Amino acid sequence: MSLLDATLQLLDGFKLTLLLFGLTLALSLPLGLVFCFGSMSKFAPLKWFTKGFVYIIRGTPLLLQLMIVVYLPGIAFGAPITRWPIFGGSVPTAYFCGALAAFVINYSCYFSEIYRGGIINIPKGQYEAGQVLGMTKRQIFFKVILLQVIKNILAPISNETITLVKDTALARTVSVMEILFCAYEILTLKNIIWPLFYTGVFYLVFNTLLTLLFGYIEKRLSRFRS
Amino acid sequence: MAILEVKNIHKCFRDVCVLDGIDFTLEKGEVLAIIGSSGSGKTTLLRCLNFLERPDEGQIIVNDKVIFDAESKENTSEAAIRKNRLHFGLVFQSFNLFPQYTVIGNVTLAAKLANKERLKELKKSMTNGEYRKELKASEAEIDTHALELLRRVGLEEKADAYPYQLSGGQQQRVAIARALAMTPDILCFDEPTSALDPELTGEVLNVIRGLKSSDRTMIVVTHEMEFAKNVSDRVIFMANGVIEEMGDPKEVFENPKSEALKAFLSKALDSEYAQEDI
Repeated sequence: MSLLDATLQLLDGFKLTLLLFGLTLALSLPLGLVFCFGSMSKFAPLKWFTKGFVYIIRGTPLLLQLMIVVYLPGIAFGAPITRWPIFGGSVPTAYFCGALAAFVINYSCYFSEIYRGGIINIPKGQYEAGQVLGMTKRQIFFKVILLQVIKNILAPISNETITLVKDTALARTVSVMEILFCAYEILTLKNIIWPLFYTGVFYLVFNTLLTLLFGYIEKRLSRFRS
Repeated sequence: MAILEVKNIHKCFRDVCVLDGIDFTLEKGEVLAIIGSSGSGKTTLLRCLNFLERPDEGQIIVNDKVIFDAESKENTSEAAIRKNRLHFGLVFQSFNLFPQYTVIGNVTLAAKLANKERLKELKKSMTNGEYRKELKASEAEIDTHALELLRRVGLEEKADAYPYQLSGGQQQRVAIARALAMTPDILCFDEPTSALDPELTGEVLNVIRGLKSSDRTMIVVTHEMEFAKNVSDRVIFMANGVIEEMGDPKEVFENPKSEALKAFLSKALDSEYAQEDI
């Protein structure tokens, strides 16, 4: 097997890796904010429900959550996700969406805690200064608080994001044909192992790009200091 | 005519009563200094005037208009509070500048947001082009006004600096310009020099002194006794949530009547002498 052949085959899987990564990030960043507001809510039942949910998700392995989301409907309710009409009978789509759901739930919980930390670290004086200048709550949040929160949480968010790139490999266990899945396929079908090690290069290159991107954002935000 | 009347303000946090019936009036152009030891309720009083705390009892009247009445359900909506609190400006002990905005950005932010809100109301009767032209013209005006204010606090050349690039004294002067930008009727200072190094207090006190004019009313909570004595027109001494003594600064400082004030003054003067010795 030539390097080019292996690269092309693995790239096929890497596309799915990137799709899973991108969709998880795009959905869990905003959903995390919803969970965050839930866990900071003054309405006690909502607050404790959200906190309990986040506690369970953060306290159990993502691998386990993947299996529960993907297999539980079939085992417990006799309705395997592969037969759900919304997936149009496509088994790979069903597995992919199941995995995506588990990733989004898991990462939203982590992001919500990062947001919460970023928000409670903003001094009360910032809100009060906005208030005495006659600004609305909305204006204070969007014009005064938000950018400071973003600056506060950039480092932990970049950490989580890079972890997510590598966590997508777990989707292999629920039959998502991402890059590691493809490498294992080559191993079992052709008995060639080096493409499996070669996948590391793909992750490394992509994470390098992400690191550069976060470095750029960090530089942009370094014009001010809290 | 009194610009401000404060009537019977009470404020308790759970079962600790911080303000226990505060009454005073203020004439236009007057500078009022509020002194007293920590925990006497000075800061809470300022926070009540600026609607950062809601008094449990009492009234606040500005220019003969009741802007707060604990008994009435009116004037407690967020919109009403927003409008009414603009009668007051507040300069905080810890400056509380917005770190992501430049100096000029800090001074103009609230005015520009309010201006946009006002123009949005009018937008329906304007074309897009007119709206943009109007917005640009009004924002230019706000910028000019802000630069004028920065000149008054001596920081015109720092307009494009970020707060972290300034000394504490400079930051506090920006905070003063920011409060002035909303043209409050009454400007309040909450221990404006307490967070500053001793050598920086002078520049801030000088700016406050320079603001004194016939149409600017100010309330200054301070531990700077010399400043209170020389700059204010009237002094209130607070202890345990009540006004223990009130009057002409000369009278209050040279002829204290209550034991509490005598004890407070001798302590305050001692520590000022101690500072000079060092």
